[in-house]
Amino acid sequence: MNDIAISVQNVSMRFNLSKEKITGLKEYVVKTLKRQISYEEFWALKDVSFAVNKGEVFGVMGLNGAGKSTLLKIIAGVFKPTDGTVSVNGSLAPLLELGAGFDPEFTARDNVYMNGAMFGHPPEYMAARYDEIMDFAELRDFEHVAVKNFSSGMMGRLGFAVATSVQPEILIVDEILGVGDYKFQKKCEERIDNMIAKGITVLVVSHNIKTIKEMCSRAILLKKGEIICVGDVDEVCKVYGDG
Amino acid sequence: MLTKKRLTVISIFMLVIYFGLALIFRESVIGRGEESLMMFVSKLVFLSTSATITTAFLLIFIFKKELIQDQFATFNRYKHLLRLMVKRDFVARYRKSVLGVLWSLLHPLMMMLVLTAVFSFLFDRQIENFPVYLLSGLIIYEFINESTTTSMTSIINNEGVIKKVYVPKYIFPLSRVISSLVQLGFSFLALIAVMVITGASFKITMLLLPVPILYTFIFAFGVAMLLAAMAVFFRDVMYLYSVLMRMLFFLTPIMYPMDMLPEWLRPFMGLNPIFQFIDYFRDLVLYGMIPGLWDNVVCLSFAMMALCVGIYAFISRQDKFILYL
Repeated sequence: MNDIAISVQNVSMRFNLSKEKITGLKEYVVKTLKRQISYEEFWALKDVSFAVNKGEVFGVMGLNGAGKSTLLKIIAGVFKPTDGTVSVNGSLAPLLELGAGFDPEFTARDNVYMNGAMFGHPPEYMAARYDEIMDFAELRDFEHVAVKNFSSGMMGRLGFAVATSVQPEILIVDEILGVGDYKFQKKCEERIDNMIAKGITVLVVSHNIKTIKEMCSRAILLKKGEIICVGDVDEVCKVYGDG
Repeated sequence: MLTKKRLTVISIFMLVIYFGLALIFRESVIGRGEESLMMFVSKLVFLSTSATITTAFLLIFIFKKELIQDQFATFNRYKHLLRLMVKRDFVARYRKSVLGVLWSLLHPLMMMLVLTAVFSFLFDRQIENFPVYLLSGLIIYEFINESTTTSMTSIINNEGVIKKVYVPKYIFPLSRVISSLVQLGFSFLALIAVMVITGASFKITMLLLPVPILYTFIFAFGVAMLLAAMAVFFRDVMYLYSVLMRMLFFLTPIMYPMDMLPEWLRPFMGLNPIFQFIDYFRDLVLYGMIPGLWDNVVCLSFAMMALCVGIYAFISRQDKFILYL
């Protein structure tokens, strides 16, 4: 079992979409007594199972609302699945949303250390990588500026640089190759390619067939929370292309 | 397996045993009964109930190891985050203020000056060294009030992080309580300054101060976890709690002496945890007395009850937080 990096078993995720939002204690008590609390169940994922081998570049495809992001958030540990289990074997770097966890009131410098700590890296460890991060993000001149004053491009660059500054064993990439200008995108792609070359496991999410085809060896196709097919990337892309 | 039914049976059984034990060892634990029979019985009931609640929750944690194992196994990994968050709280507090950190000392001093100016007319003759009496109560109350109030909204305020990155959730209330503990340290310096100015004698018993502070810390952390978990589901808690704390501020002998309270209210002070902690603290600072076994048992009982209930309420609901933010 040691060559499996991510194993997802029978994972289902249910969200209760309450028709009326109940945030008050009085409302809650009254509604419970009257048995008026009704939820509309929404299954974002239904009985999803697959495994990603070590060193593999694995694609997750699907239209909007297929459950891709929910699946990634479950793997990253942000959501706890309603049913099923996920086991991750190795250190994980989620590039779910760049700049996730940044505190807008604080400077770029503070946020780099804070973000590192959220992934369990001590400040001394981040200090050793700090210069490299700032150079990569091209934000040297702005290190003492509060992140709230950053443009979305600057935020994305900083987020990418921090998240990829540490060599993880598993990298999750969610549609983020659209960071910054053409030049920076190229740099990001190079960095990810370098990581892949070193043999790390990568999970790529995209609805772009071209990206998936270029990068991945195997893929999974989701539709409305269910697996349509798993397997070789060309086959899955063909199914996806046929609609 | 630990089912609900079995737990109830075990709890009742334990309640009886603890009650019996407390009765047998009453002399050493509660002290010789000079008080009324009702007080004695209620003390026994309090003791056995708190011991039972603590044991019941410990049993839950032992039998459902997975509840806490994941949480505290990862503590080592996130201790740097905790440190940075406490530091950030501290920096954020005084950003853009000219005097900065000095406010940590000045704020309790000024509060004390105002309250002393107002209330010393009323109670001065009854209390020896009123400023020290007032400030010693005030800093403990403020610690509990501040740590629990800021923790209560800590989950809600960190929505942005919780929704995007995995971080153990208890980090948020814990960092707030530790931040308040740092503030308590500064307030304590202010207290020392006031003691020097008023010429109060420094008692050797002050060396034992970490004990009541530890009790108060555990208590505040437990309450903080409970409130943080509740506030996610019902925002009403925030308003109710601020009213409750305001009430407790006036119902606790912080700025007036104990015998100002009406006769019928006094026995209830035994049920007021804030008063118990303040009383312990004052015994050491003002009166040079070492509180007896009973006082320790009471403080520890309050602390453990709050901790167990808080951790349970928090951990059993934390996976749902994200759906309600």
